[in-house]
Amino acid sequence: MSRGPSTQCLPPAPPLAAAWPRLLPGAAADDSGPSDLREHLARHGARPSCAGDWQRRQRLIDEVERAGLTGRGGAAFPAAVKLRTAASSPRAPVVIANGVEGEPASAKDKVLLSCAPHLVIDGAVSAAELVGASEAVIVAHPAACEAVRRAAGERAAAGCDPVPVRVLEAAGGFTAGEASAVVHWTKRGTPVPTGRPPRLGGPGRRPALVHNVETLAHFALIIRHGACWFRTAGTPAEPGTMLVTLLGVVRHPGVYEVEPGTRVSDVLGLAGGTPEEPGALLIGGYFGTWAAAADALPLPFSAAGLSPLGARPGVGVVAVLPSAACGLAETARLARYLARSSAGQCGPCVLGLDAIARELEQAAVGGSCDLPRLRRWLRDVTGRGACRHPDGTALMVASALRVFRAEFGLHLRGRCSATAGAGILPVADRSP
Amino acid sequence: MTRRARLIIDPIACDGRGLCAELLPELIALDDWGFPVIPAGDVPAGLEREVMAVAHLCPRLALRVERAPRTR
Repeated sequence: MSRGPSTQCLPPAPPLAAAWPRLLPGAAADDSGPSDLREHLARHGARPSCAGDWQRRQRLIDEVERAGLTGRGGAAFPAAVKLRTAASSPRAPVVIANGVEGEPASAKDKVLLSCAPHLVIDGAVSAAELVGASEAVIVAHPAACEAVRRAAGERAAAGCDPVPVRVLEAAGGFTAGEASAVVHWTKRGTPVPTGRPPRLGGPGRRPALVHNVETLAHFALIIRHGACWFRTAGTPAEPGTMLVTLLGVVRHPGVYEVEPGTRVSDVLGLAGGTPEEPGALLIGGYFGTWAAAADALPLPFSAAGLSPLGARPGVGVVAVLPSAACGLAETARLARYLARSSAGQCGPCVLGLDAIARELEQAAVGGSCDLPRLRRWLRDVTGRGACRHPDGTALMVASALRVFRAEFGLHLRGRCSATAGAGILPVADRSP
Repeated sequence: MTRRARLIIDPIACDGRGLCAELLPELIALDDWGFPVIPAGDVPAGLEREVMAVAHLCPRLALRVERAPRTR
């Protein structure tokens, strides 16, 4: 992949290209409501058409590839690969913008959809044009659905979109945001993972191109400003910006836009820093990695930078646990939530995650804990589901066993170092 | 010469009846919750016929055998 100045870049759109933050209309705390179509056009300019012959569309996908855009839903899969697969599929695909955001700790998709719904719809429509899709479906978290509906209504009235845009309220539940579950939701109204890759068949057996809403918003800007502009932020390996959700003991929890490569301490600085001494960070969301704060704070917030800790930015969640709280108790709460959130389809996930959560709960209250068996269970559930729910849970718990090893030792002797209660991470379900 | 085969499980269809592990203990074990653990990778040479039979006998039709392409 080339980087730096390239003669093949799209012509830059100078007046607004340098706008910062890129995705959110102002500071995250700014409560000015969603931008309407007029504001959106004034800020970003009109959406360039992505229609055209095969060669032109391939060139546009090449541009996305040069930009190095990766999926912002957690897996960081190259967006261009998915676009290319969808564009070469023999049947007209459906583009699905995934704004389900089933993870209660993350708020970036809700904030993005609420503040900049037109940017997401731009991306979905552009992707639909690019891959020859017949429809773009925006699946939006209920908290943001109204803003997206209003935006879609404005656009329909203005007649500015060449493909129909449908807005669908997302189903509740943690696993409802998994790509095959989103496809299933748009097709059958059942928000459970199917294990069937979306590219193989979406609604009406048409292939589906499922992108996270933030990915599509970045895509909408790459189409406007080109790959070189996109690469002016971030690192050569992880270009662009990303939305992060900062929570726990930070002064101003919320959603912020950062460049990958920013030091973790500076990322937390955006939220006003930590009012209490941080003990551990959960990085990357509920399928992420626990890390001791002292280890993580000096590292760059990027996949490369966090790799010494085995962590990745994932969905961009950084949750700060104070040193006064018990990491083991917090992990047990989280494991119980994830076990309860299983879609209930695969035995090893239903029974295995429940057993893992029970073991952690016992340890948290000072009971017995068979650590070797717990470790074996973490291996046993990995790769045993139709989706990655058990795998992600096992990764998070395995990191807790490493980072909170001393705390585990204390608990096995009937003691706990905590002087404050746990309960930093939200585990509330949205009722389905 | 036969192509290499892989045994694939559909974890949603699998109900943990355990017939496969009973018929083919040399390849399939049950986990602590009674669900079969299918080893990743190719079916060992000499077990292909048995694996095919087990896949056909699964009462939940949760097992299938996939043949690897002739060249990789």
